[in-house]
Amino acid sequence: MKLDAKIPSGPLAEKWDRRKFEMKLVAPANKRKYRIIVVGTGLAGASAAATLAELGYFVDAFCFQDSSRRAHSIAAQGGINAAKNYQGDGDSIYRLFYDTVKGGDFRSREANVYRLAQVSAQIIDQAVAQGVPFAREYGGLLANRSFGGAQVSRTFYARGQTGQQLLLGAYSSLSRQIGLGMVNMHERTEMLDVVVVNGRAKGIITRNLKTGVIRRHLADAVVLATGGYGNVFYLSTNAIGCNVTATFRAYRRGAGFANPCFTQIHPTCIPVSGDYQSKLTLMSESLRNDGRVWVPKKKGDKRIPVEIPENERDYYLERKYPSFGNLAPRDIASRSAKQVCDEGRGIGESGLGVYLDFSDAIARLGEDKIRERYGNLFHMYQKITDENPYNVPMRIYPAVHYTMGGLWVDYDLQSTIPGLFVIGEANFSDHGANRLGASALMQGLADGYFVLPYTLANYLASTPREQVSVDSAEFAELEKSVRDRMYRLLSIKGKRSPASFHRELGSIMWEHCGMARNKDGLMKALRKIPELREEFYKNLLVKGGNEEFNQQLERAGRVEDYFEFAELMCMDALEREESCGGHFREEFQTDDGEARRNDERFKHVAVWEYKGDEKPVRHQEALEFETVQLATRSYK
Amino acid sequence: MNGLGRIFTMTVGLKFLMAVSGFILVGFLVGHLSGNMLLYAGPDAINQYAEVLKKFPVVLWTTRIFLIIAVFVHIYSGVKLSVLNKRARPHAYAVTKRVKATLPSQTMLLSGAVVLSFTLYHLAHFTFRWTHKEEFAGLGDFDVHAMMVLSFQSSVVSSFYVLSIVLLMMHLNHGLVSFFQTLGVNHSKYNGVVKSLSILLSIILALGFISLPISIYFGFVS
Amino acid sequence: MRVTLKVWRQKSKDDTGRFETYTPQNISSSMSFLEMLDVVNEELITQGKDPIAFDHDCREGICGACSLVINGTAHGPQRGTTVCQLHMRSFRDGEEIYIEPWRAKGFPVIRDLVTDRSAFDRIMQAGGFVSVNAGGAQDANCLPVPKQCADKAMDAAACIGCGACVAACKNASAMLFVSAKVSQLSLLPQGQPERARRVLNMLRQMENESFGGCTNTLECEAVCPKEISVEHIARLNREFASAALVSEEG
Repeated sequence: MKLDAKIPSGPLAEKWDRRKFEMKLVAPANKRKYRIIVVGTGLAGASAAATLAELGYFVDAFCFQDSSRRAHSIAAQGGINAAKNYQGDGDSIYRLFYDTVKGGDFRSREANVYRLAQVSAQIIDQAVAQGVPFAREYGGLLANRSFGGAQVSRTFYARGQTGQQLLLGAYSSLSRQIGLGMVNMHERTEMLDVVVVNGRAKGIITRNLKTGVIRRHLADAVVLATGGYGNVFYLSTNAIGCNVTATFRAYRRGAGFANPCFTQIHPTCIPVSGDYQSKLTLMSESLRNDGRVWVPKKKGDKRIPVEIPENERDYYLERKYPSFGNLAPRDIASRSAKQVCDEGRGIGESGLGVYLDFSDAIARLGEDKIRERYGNLFHMYQKITDENPYNVPMRIYPAVHYTMGGLWVDYDLQSTIPGLFVIGEANFSDHGANRLGASALMQGLADGYFVLPYTLANYLASTPREQVSVDSAEFAELEKSVRDRMYRLLSIKGKRSPASFHRELGSIMWEHCGMARNKDGLMKALRKIPELREEFYKNLLVKGGNEEFNQQLERAGRVEDYFEFAELMCMDALEREESCGGHFREEFQTDDGEARRNDERFKHVAVWEYKGDEKPVRHQEALEFETVQLATRSYK
Repeated sequence: MNGLGRIFTMTVGLKFLMAVSGFILVGFLVGHLSGNMLLYAGPDAINQYAEVLKKFPVVLWTTRIFLIIAVFVHIYSGVKLSVLNKRARPHAYAVTKRVKATLPSQTMLLSGAVVLSFTLYHLAHFTFRWTHKEEFAGLGDFDVHAMMVLSFQSSVVSSFYVLSIVLLMMHLNHGLVSFFQTLGVNHSKYNGVVKSLSILLSIILALGFISLPISIYFGFVS
Repeated sequence: MRVTLKVWRQKSKDDTGRFETYTPQNISSSMSFLEMLDVVNEELITQGKDPIAFDHDCREGICGACSLVINGTAHGPQRGTTVCQLHMRSFRDGEEIYIEPWRAKGFPVIRDLVTDRSAFDRIMQAGGFVSVNAGGAQDANCLPVPKQCADKAMDAAACIGCGACVAACKNASAMLFVSAKVSQLSLLPQGQPERARRVLNMLRQMENESFGGCTNTLECEAVCPKEISVEHIARLNREFASAALVSEEG
C-alpha cells in the first residue's frame, strides 16, 4: 500500500492556495457529464452533495435514515469553532491550527489542520447566508463563547442545538438541489459495498431498506461521508443507526484504515441504568464550570450523598489537578472517573458513576443563577433520571462519543482507492488522537463545502474517462456477493437477536478497548471476539426475508461488520505502545498516572491494509512537524 | 396563478374567505341583536324599527344581498375545507386524546350546520311566516312584537331557539379567536386581550339572544 | 411493572392492519418507552415471532425519527418530549397502552408503526431554503440581525420535522411544520429575496401532498416536542396574504 499524503510544498500558510492553483478544473459544460455518488447526508455529506450539485455535477446521494435531515450531526450541542476573531481577543488562523494540533496530542497532519483553520471562517459566512439562526448580541452581531478550555472565544452557537441548525442549513441547500433535479436523493438506502473497476472506485451496491431491492449505482467518483464507528461499543452517544459498514466495506476493497483505536470518551454522560439501556445521553461539558466532581473516600459506601460528610468525600479532580481541577480535559477527566470506579468507590446501583455536585455553586450563586445557566440541561437530566439535580448531585459517567480514526485520506481527501473520497468523521485526518470541543462540525463542513469540491474536480479532470457499465462483471459479482450475504444472515436461523450479539460485543470492547487499555486485556479481547463471532454465525436469528422492510436484517449486517472491525481496533490499540489523546495504554504512563507519549516510535499514522483471511498489514505514514514544537500536555 | 386565484383555491386563502365572511356575519349579529333589544322598550319600539327597515328597500336589499353572499362564501369555504380536511386522514385513530383542542374548535362543521338550519328555520318563522301561518294570520305586517310573544310562549320553539343560540355561541367562541389567528393577528403583546374580548363578545351575543325567548316564556315580556 | 400493549401491526402499505396485544415481562419504570419496545421485540424474537417495526435513531429527542401515537396522543402523555425521551414511569402499573402510527394520507404506513414522511422533504425542496451557493457568501457580520428576531427565528428553527403536528391535527395539516420554516426565514434578512416565492411554493406543495388545512385547534403546538408556537402559523398567514395579494410574485 502506497501512502502518499500529497502535501503541497511551500510555507504552511500558502499550501492550500498553491494546491488550489495547481489543481485542474473541469470546464462548466463538462461538469454535467459527471456523476458523483455521495454516501451519507450529515454535515459533511449534505454540504458536499449540495456544493457539487451547485457546481453542475449530477449527484446521487444516499442515507439510511428516512430523511436526509436526520443524520446524527443533528445531535451536536455545543458549537462550531471558527478563526474569525470577531471578539478581538487574539484569535487567528494560526492559533486555531495550533490548538487543534496540540489538542490532538500531535498525531494529526499539520497541513490538513492548517487548511481546516483557514476555511473555518468561510463556514460561518456560508451558514449565516443560509439563514442559520446563530446566537447574536443586542447590536445584531454574532455572539461567541469559549468552549472546551480554549483561551479565546471562537465558538459560534445556536442555543444547545448548533449541530441541528448547521445540518438543517446544509439540508436546505441539498433540498434546493434536489428540487432543481441536480441531486437524486435515495433515502432509506444503505450502501453495502464499493465497486472498484481497474483500480478506481466506480460505484456502489445498495440495499433499499423499504423494499430490500439490491441495486448497482455507477459513478465517476464515490464520496463516503458515513460518520464514525463509536457504536462498536454498543453503548455510545451515537444514534442507534450509526455504523461502520460503509467505511469497513471500503477497507475490505482496499482503502487503508487509519488509527482505528483513536476513540474519544466524553466524561459527562448520564450513567447506564440497566441491561436494557440502548443509548447514552451526553450532558454538555459546560456543566463542569460550576459542578464539583466527587466520590466517597470509602469503598462501597452506599449512603445517600447528603449523608456523606465533607471530609469523607474525595474531590479527585481537584486533588489530582489543582490548577485545572474540574475543568481537566475530556480524556483526563474520563480516565480519572474510571480509576475511582475501578477502586470500588463508584456510586449508584452499578457502581459505575461519580457525582457532579452543584450544591456549592447553588449556595454561592443561588438556584436562580444556576437555573439560568443550565436550566435546560437540568431539565433534560430530570426527564431521564427522575432525579432533581437542584437537590441531589447529578450522577455522571464517561461514554464513547466520537472516533478520530477513520479511512486514511491524503491531502485531497482521497483514500488509497483512487476515486474514493472520504470526508467528515469517516476520515481520520484532522483531529489526531483527541478532538477538541466544537471542532467536529467545523471539519465536516470544511470538507464538504470548501475542500472536496476542489479536490474532486482535480481527480475528474486528470483521470481519463473509461466506459464502465453497471452490467460489467465487477458490478454483477459484487451485487451477487451482497445478496448472498443477506441470504446467509437470514439462513442461520438460530436463537439470538442481532442486538443481543451487539450488546455482548460492546461490553467486550468497553472492558478491554475502552478508556484504558493494556496488552493482556487486548489479547483477551482478540480471543473473545472471534469466539463470539463464531456463535453469531451459528446462533443468529433474523426473522422475515430480504425483500421487505426488515430492521433486524439491517442490524445484523451492521453487527457482522462490527465484529471484524472490533478486531482491527484491538490490533491497532495493541500495536500502539504509547498513550496519547484518547488512547491510554496502562503500561505507558508516568509515575503519577499520566499519559506517556512515545514520539520516537509512534509519531506516525498507523494505516491498516486488508488482507482477506490473513492478518491485516500495518503501514505507517510518518508525521512531520515543521511548524509546531512537540510538547507534553500537562494540566497539573 | 394570480393572487386572487390563490385565495379561492389554496387552503390558507379559503380560510381568509371564511374568516372575513364570518366576521361580516358577526357584524350582522351585533346589529340584529341591537334591534331585537328594542323588545324590552315595548311593542311600539320594535315594531317601528321593523317598519323603518322596510322603508328603505334599497338599503335593505343591498344589505341582504351582501349578507347572502357572505353566507354563501362562508359555507363554500367551510365545506370545501372540510372536504379537504377529511380527505387528509382516511384512516382514523382507534384512540384519540386531545391535549389542547377545545370542543368548539373540533365541531365547527357541526355547529355551523346547526346554525345554518336554525337560520333557515328562523327566516321561515319570522321573515316568510311559513311555519306559524295560523298563529300569525291576524297580525299586521310589522307586528314583530306580537309574533315573538306568540311564538316564544311555546316551550318547544323557545328551547329550540335557546339550544341553537348555545351552538352559535360555541361556533363564535372558536370562530372569533380564529378570525384573528387566520388573518395573522397573533402576538404575545395582545393575544390575551384579543382572546378575552372574542369570548366576551360571543357570550354577550348569546346572552342577548337567549334573553328574548326566555323573558317571553317566563312572562317578563308580554 | 406490568403493562398491556395494544400495538398496530401492518405488514405493508396495502395490508389492512390490526391491533395485537402484548403483555411484556421484565419492564422497569426507568426504561425509556423505546427501550420497553426493544424488550418486547427481544421477547418476540425468542418466541419466533415478527418483531415490531418502529422508526427511531438518535434516542435523545433531536433527530425526529421516532413517531408513535400513544394512547391517542402524538409522542405520548408528557409535554415537550419525543417518544424516545418518554419513560415508563409516566405510565401506571397495569395500564393498557395503545400504540399507533402517525395516521395521515400524506404519511402512508410502510410497516407496523413506520410511516413514509418524505412529503416533508418535498415541501422543503419546494422552497425551504435560501438560494446561496457555497463560496458566494459575504462576511457573516455584514448584516446585523436584531437579537429578538434571531431568537424568534431560532424558536421556529428548532423544528425536528417529526410530523407530530400532522399526527395530532384533526385535519392532518402540516401548517405548523411549514410555518416553522417560512417564519424562520422571513424573520431573517437572508430570507427576504425569496420570501414570497417560498411561502407560495411550500404551501402549494403541502396541499399537493394531501395534508389538510388549519382550523386553529392548537393541538399541534400542544404535542410539538419542541413546543413551537402557532404564532408562526399566524406569521405564515400574513406572509401568504402579502405574497398572494401585494407581492411582485407571479
